[in-house]
Amino acid sequence: MKFVYLIIGVLGGVLGGLGMGGGTILIPLLSFTKVSQHTAQAINLISFIPMAIVSLVIHVKNGLVEKKGIFAIIVPALVFAVLGAIVSIFIKGKILKKCFGGFLVLLSVYSLLSFKSEKSVKSLEKSNKNP
Amino acid sequence: MDKKRKRVLIISGAVIGIINGLFGGGGGMIAVPLMVKFLGYENKTAHATAIAVILPVSIFTSLIYLFSGAFSWSVGLWSTAGVVGGGILGAILLKKLNSKAVGKIFAFVMMLSGIKLLFW
Repeated sequence: MKFVYLIIGVLGGVLGGLGMGGGTILIPLLSFTKVSQHTAQAINLISFIPMAIVSLVIHVKNGLVEKKGIFAIIVPALVFAVLGAIVSIFIKGKILKKCFGGFLVLLSVYSLLSFKSEKSVKSLEKSNKNP
Repeated sequence: MDKKRKRVLIISGAVIGIINGLFGGGGGMIAVPLMVKFLGYENKTAHATAIAVILPVSIFTSLIYLFSGAFSWSVGLWSTAGVVGGGILGAILLKKLNSKAVGKIFAFVMMLSGIKLLFW
């Protein structure tokens, strides 16, 4: 059984390493096991940390992090994250699960729509070049 | 820095934070489109800066989840080991794959995951 958790972690990690993640498959995969929603969320958070540290060091070295204004993002993020975490303790796992699912669906629709509009902008540019 | 920009930064931070705190994840996923659309960051910059924001946020949020007793060491240790290993694999893969294709695949995976969580 422990092996399953390792595999789920690997799958989640690969997506994270590809530059995406945030529990997109870790949490849903864990929802197939006997792990509760709150525990899945906790695991997602904690398992992200070691990888994030390594990635961040590399990104900082490559100068990719925008430092200007970053504290104006981080400070409110910390405050609201703590608030959100405390509130989530009192919300039923089932509800958190569905809300997160809805959030993922919305985000994916937005993502796919922005790919589509990129395509139509590109084809417009192409047709303008060849009248 | 003008007031409007500061307001955008603060609101972005608040949204990223509350999503991460409530759902134990997803903050990074919303951070990137927020930064690209409302702060005008380039994709790569947004990805990197998102990690810089989410890392301290995750550490603090983890502490609260830990104190609330939500974390399971017997599961968590294995998953974390997997995530670290998978992460290295993913980083290697990223160099070899077409990033637009990856983005589209990811959007589909996200949709499937969302539907699973919503209805199942």
